[in-house]
Amino acid sequence: MIGLPHFLLLAGVLFSIAVAGIFLNRKNLIVLLMCIELMLLAVNFNFIAFSRWLGDLDGQVFVFFILTVAAAESAIGLAILVVLFRERRSIDVEDLDAMRG
Amino acid sequence: MLITILFYAFATVLVGAALGVVLSRNPVHAALFLVLAFFNSAALWLLLEAEFLGIVLVLVYVGAVMVLFLFVVMMLDINVEKLREGFTRYAPLGAVVSGIMILEIFYVVWVRQLGFDLAASAPPLPAGYSNTKALGAVLYSDYVLPFQLAAVVLLVAIVAAIVLTMRHRPGYKPQDIAAQVAVRSKDRVRVVKVEPAERP
Repeated sequence: MIGLPHFLLLAGVLFSIAVAGIFLNRKNLIVLLMCIELMLLAVNFNFIAFSRWLGDLDGQVFVFFILTVAAAESAIGLAILVVLFRERRSIDVEDLDAMRG
Repeated sequence: MLITILFYAFATVLVGAALGVVLSRNPVHAALFLVLAFFNSAALWLLLEAEFLGIVLVLVYVGAVMVLFLFVVMMLDINVEKLREGFTRYAPLGAVVSGIMILEIFYVVWVRQLGFDLAASAPPLPAGYSNTKALGAVLYSDYVLPFQLAAVVLLVAIVAAIVLTMRHRPGYKPQDIAAQVAVRSKDRVRVVKVEPAERP
């Protein structure tokens, strides 16, 4: 049978793949945003699995709010990306050196 | 038994789709792999009997957020080859970091098990249990204020996205509604007294 550790391990693998993706696609801002979405998905997995096994619905309410905030985050992130591309004709993270950071 | 088979099938496709997001050369393919990952996650959430959130994931994420991603990816004219520079240089570092993380998580949740039995299935839900109904009962009683705040967050996101992407093109002639409303009849209409002409 499928126990809680199965779901936790799946979420951990998903999160680690997303972290690796941030290392690999270091320059492509849009894939970085997608990796963040993947990480949030992994976190949501943990919340739902714990909520199911502990019999507490609050975890699912948290997932609901995470989905809301993630939707807002990606909408604003993509808007910033579009403005950035209009200014610079590029979405390379290396080109973002206006602040000399 | 069926649940076990379904879990492993969906989990395999989910991990494969996540790898596709990370490794694919074309951002459009990455976005489509992410859609596949969301669909498989929704199926797994249905297996966890979180039906409402599974459907919301498909409707909100696949239906709105990923379509937005695809729009943006296709709208921008990106030089993919230039963005792929350094991909292989950082691959070993990424593999090492994620490998260590997977091993740590494996040790904590699989070897130590956190006090949960590896094979214990979830406690059965009472008969006639409705996930959506139960979630709504919690959301509209204990979490009313956070729920309202979530609405405000979405409103702020709408306004921010519009303000960020709006631009004023030259030659753009908008209506000035305040000026239109504030206009008075004496500014526009002039009554002219005209002397009647003499009949010839």
